[in-house]
Amino acid sequence: MAFGMRSGTELRNNQQELHRFRIRLAVAAAFVLFAFALLVTRLVYLQVLQHEHYHTLAENNRISIVPIVPNRGLILDRNGVPLAHNYSAYTLEITPSKVDGLEETINKLAEIIEITPRDRRRFRKLLEESKNFETLPIRSRLTEVEVAKFAVNRYRFPGVEIKARLFRHYPHLDLFSHVVGHIGRISNKDMERLEEDDLLANYRGTDHIGKQGLEQSYEKQLHGTTGFEQVETDAGGRAVRTLSRTPPISGNTLYLSIDSKLQDLAVKAFGKYRGALVAIEPKSGEVLAFVSQPGFDPNLFVDGIDAANWDAYNNSPDKPLNNRALRGQYPPGSTFKPFMALAALELNKRSPSYTISDPGFYALPGSSHHYRDWKAGGHGMVDLHKSIVISCDTYYYGLAVDMGIDAIAGFMSHFGFGRKSGIDIEGEQQGILPSPEWKMKRFKQKWFTGDTVSVGIGQGYNLATPLQLAVATAALANNGQLMRPHMVKSILDSKTGQTRALAPEETDSLPIKAENLARVKAAMVDVTRPGGTAARASLGAEYLIAGKTGTAQVVGMKQGQKYVESQVAERHRDHALFIAFAPADNPRIALAILVENGGHGGSIAAPIARTVMDYYLLGKLPKEAVPQESPEEPEHD
Amino acid sequence: MIRRLFARLVAHLDGYLLFALGMLMLLGLVVLYSAAGEDFHFVTKQMMNLAVALGVMWVIANIPPQHLARLGLPVYIAGLLLLLGVALFGDISHGARRWLHIGVTRIQPSEIMKIAVPLMLAWYFDRHAATLRIKDFVIASLLLLVPVAFIAKQPDLGTALIVSAAGFYVLFLGGLSWRVMIGAAIAGAASMPLLWSMLHDYQRQRVLTLLDPTQDPLGSGYHIIQSTIAMGSGGLPGKGWLHGTQTHLEFLPEKHTDFILAVLGEEFGLIGNLILLTFYLLIIGRGMVIAANAPTLFGRLFAGSIVLTFFTYAFVNIGMVSGILPVVGVPLPLMSYGGTSAVTLLFGMGALMSIQTHRKLIQT
Repeated sequence: MAFGMRSGTELRNNQQELHRFRIRLAVAAAFVLFAFALLVTRLVYLQVLQHEHYHTLAENNRISIVPIVPNRGLILDRNGVPLAHNYSAYTLEITPSKVDGLEETINKLAEIIEITPRDRRRFRKLLEESKNFETLPIRSRLTEVEVAKFAVNRYRFPGVEIKARLFRHYPHLDLFSHVVGHIGRISNKDMERLEEDDLLANYRGTDHIGKQGLEQSYEKQLHGTTGFEQVETDAGGRAVRTLSRTPPISGNTLYLSIDSKLQDLAVKAFGKYRGALVAIEPKSGEVLAFVSQPGFDPNLFVDGIDAANWDAYNNSPDKPLNNRALRGQYPPGSTFKPFMALAALELNKRSPSYTISDPGFYALPGSSHHYRDWKAGGHGMVDLHKSIVISCDTYYYGLAVDMGIDAIAGFMSHFGFGRKSGIDIEGEQQGILPSPEWKMKRFKQKWFTGDTVSVGIGQGYNLATPLQLAVATAALANNGQLMRPHMVKSILDSKTGQTRALAPEETDSLPIKAENLARVKAAMVDVTRPGGTAARASLGAEYLIAGKTGTAQVVGMKQGQKYVESQVAERHRDHALFIAFAPADNPRIALAILVENGGHGGSIAAPIARTVMDYYLLGKLPKEAVPQESPEEPEHD
Repeated sequence: MIRRLFARLVAHLDGYLLFALGMLMLLGLVVLYSAAGEDFHFVTKQMMNLAVALGVMWVIANIPPQHLARLGLPVYIAGLLLLLGVALFGDISHGARRWLHIGVTRIQPSEIMKIAVPLMLAWYFDRHAATLRIKDFVIASLLLLVPVAFIAKQPDLGTALIVSAAGFYVLFLGGLSWRVMIGAAIAGAASMPLLWSMLHDYQRQRVLTLLDPTQDPLGSGYHIIQSTIAMGSGGLPGKGWLHGTQTHLEFLPEKHTDFILAVLGEEFGLIGNLILLTFYLLIIGRGMVIAANAPTLFGRLFAGSIVLTFFTYAFVNIGMVSGILPVVGVPLPLMSYGGTSAVTLLFGMGALMSIQTHRKLIQT
C-alpha cells in the first residue's frame, strides 16, 4: 500500500469516510432513478396517453398563435386636437397557405384591382418574413369601388379577403412634421435594436415603428402591448376555433404642450420664408410652438416613400427634411449680447454707467485690423443700456476681450450654449460654445485674442440651434433657472386610464443678482420701443415685450467691403434672428426665431414674434397672415 | 509493436463509458442531420467539435488524478479573474454579457467554472480531509457562491444552475449535514415572499413566464407549445427519420441546439427517447461505480460531482423540452449542437476515466 505509513485510526477513519460517502452516493442514485422515472412518466403521458390529442393537433389541425396588434397611442396637442391618429381602411389580404399558385393569383387580382410593381415587391418582402398562417396585405387603402369590385369576384379567389386595418395618419400634413415625426416600416436595424431590448415578442405582427420625432422618442409609450389569440386552424390555415384570447393593450396617449393653433399661426407668419421658431413657457420648459419651415408631409413616409417624392424632398434647395429648430446651427449674432451684458455685470467687468465712445470700429491694441460696427461712423457715447437697445458691436468687442474667452464660455454654458438641451426628441445638435480647449481639439490650434473679439457679438466660432436660443432666452426670463424643454405635457395611460403629467425639470441654475437681471431686461424692453432695433415688435402692444434682434452672416465680408442687401443673392443674404419674452415683468412665453436669408431681425423676425405672443397672451388673431417685407427699414440688427 | 502502441493509447480509457458515449454521439449526429434541415454543414461542424472534445477527453484521461487535483486552485482563480473580466469588459450578445475577447478568439469563462468549481471544492475537501469541520463547509459554500453570483448576474441562468449544482454535489457527497440542507431549504422557501415583494413588476412578469410558458406564447412559451406538440405527435414509434412534420414545417427555434429532443421525440417516438435515457443511465451508473471505488476523497468527490452534473444536464433539458420545467438554456448532453458544451462534458468524462484507470497505480 502506498499509504502504509498511516496509523490504524486513520485507516479506520478512512473506512468510515468511505462508508458515509457510499451512503450519500446511494441517496443520489435513488434521486437519479426517481427523476428519470418522472421523465419517463411525462414522456409516456405525452407520447402514449395524449398522443391522439397531439397527433390531431399536428396532422389535421395546428395551433397557431396569432398576434393581435395594439392600437398605437394617439398624439394630441394641449387642447386635445389630434396630431397623429389611426384610421381604419380596407386592405386586400392574402393567406399564402390557402392559395395555390401565388403569382398566378396576384396576376388575376391585378386584372380587377390595381396592383403596382411596388405593391408586389412589398408583398414579396412580407412573405419572406412571415409565417404561412398569417395573412399579408397585397394592397392597402382600397377605395369603395375597389371593395365592391372584389366582392363581386370573391368566389374566384379562395384565400384572398378584404380586411379592415388601422393606419397611421397625420392630419396636419407638414405643420407638425418636425415635431411628431413619423412611423415607418420596421427595418432590420430596428429589429436588431428590439432584440437587444428583448422587445421582439411584443412586436410580432407589428409592421411599423417610430422613426423620427415624438413617434420615435416615445415609441415605448405609443406602441402598447401586443395581445394574442390561440387558434386552431385546419390544414389549409383557416381558423377553426379560438382557444384563448388575450386582448392587446393600446398604446398610451401623448398630450403635448404645443398649441396647434399657435403652431399654425407661427407657420403662416413665416409666409414664404424658411426658418425656425421655438416658443417655450419659461417656468416649466413646456414647448408651446416648434416650427421648422418648410416641413414635409409625414404621411408619405409611413409605408416607405416613393422615389419621386423622395427626390423632390431630398434635392430641394429649401431642405424641407432638415429640422432647423433642432439641428440647424447658426451664429447667434447679436442675440448673444444680452447674455454678454449680464455676464459683464455679474463678473464685475462693466458697471452700468461705464461708457465708451464708439468710432464705428474696434481694434486690438497694437493691431491695425478693424473689427467693424454694423453702423459706419459708430453710435457715439454708448453705455450698457444703450449697447443693447441699439445693438452696438464696438461695445461688445472690447467687453469680450476684457472678459476673456474662459469666463465667457464658463458663464454661457449655464444658459445651455454648447450643450444639448435634453428635449424629448432625438437628433439634437449641441451647437458650439468656443473655448481654447474646443479649438485645440477641433483645429489643433492655439486660441488667439482675435478669436475672442467676434465671439462677443455672437459671431466667430459661435453656433447655436434655434432651440438652444429659445432655451437660453427662457432661462433669462426665468431669472437664470434653466428648464429642460419638453413637448410632451402628460401621458394618458390606456391601461389605468390615469393621466400622468411630466414634471418640470431644472437642468441648471445660476444665481444672478436681481438688479443685474432687471437692468438687462429693461434694456431688452427698450429694444422693442421706439429707438430700439425692433421698435415695430411692440407697436400698440398691451403688454411689455423684452427682445433682442440679431443677424447671422451667411457670407463673410472682406475688410472695407460693405454689405448691401439688394446686391446680394437671396440665398446669400444674412439670416434674421429675434429672441423675446413677454410679458417682460412676468414672462409666460419666451421664444427664438430664425428667418433664413431674412436680412434684419427687427423687420422680418420681430413681427412673427408679435403674432405668436398676441395669440398666446391675449388670444388675438393677426389682421394679416403674411408679414410684408418693408422696402425701407432704418434700423439694422 | 502496433498492438502495444494501441494498448498504450487505450490504457486509460474506460470501455463502458466509451461505448455509451459513442452511441450517444452517433444518435446525436443522426438527429442533428434531420434537425438542421438535411444539411451536412451542421453535421460536419459538429463532428469536428466532437473530435476536439474526444481529444480533450483522451488527454485528461491520461493525467493522473492527483495532478488534476493540483490544477484545482489555479484554474479556479483564473476562472474567477476571467469572470471579473467579463463583468467589466465583456461583449453583450442577446442582452447578456457572457463573452470575453482574448486576442484572436473569444471565450465564455462561465463554461470553465462548470469544471473549475467542483475541481476546486473536491481538492479543498481532500486537503482538509482529516479535520473536516463546519468551517470548511462555510468556506466551500463561499467558494461556490461567488462565481455563481457572477454568472447569474450576466445573466446566464442555465450555466449558473449547472455550476451551482456541480458545487452543491461536492458539498453533499462530502457530508454536508442533512440538518443544514433542510434548514437552508426552509429558509429559502420562507424568504420567497420577501424577495418577491422586492422585485420590479417586469421582473415578476419574467418569473411568472418562466413558471408558466403559456403566459408568453409569443416569446419563450412558443417553443414549449411547439415542442410538446412535436413530441406528443411522435407517439410510440415516431414518424420516422426526416419525417417529422412539426419540426420540419413549423418554425421551431433552437431545434438543433437546446430543443433537439423535440426532433428525436417526434421522429423516433417514445422508443427513441427511452433509448436515449438508457444510454444516459448507463453513463451515470458507470460513473457512480467509478466514484464509489475511487481510492481518494478527491477522486470520489470529483467523480461523483461530474456524474451528477451530467445527470442534471439531461434532466433539466428533457424536463424543459417536455414541458415540466421552466425554459433555461441547458443543452442536451452530447446531442445538442455546439462545441463548448461537448468539450466541457468530455473533459468530465476524461476525468472519470482517469480516476478509474489510475486506481491500481495508487494502491499498489
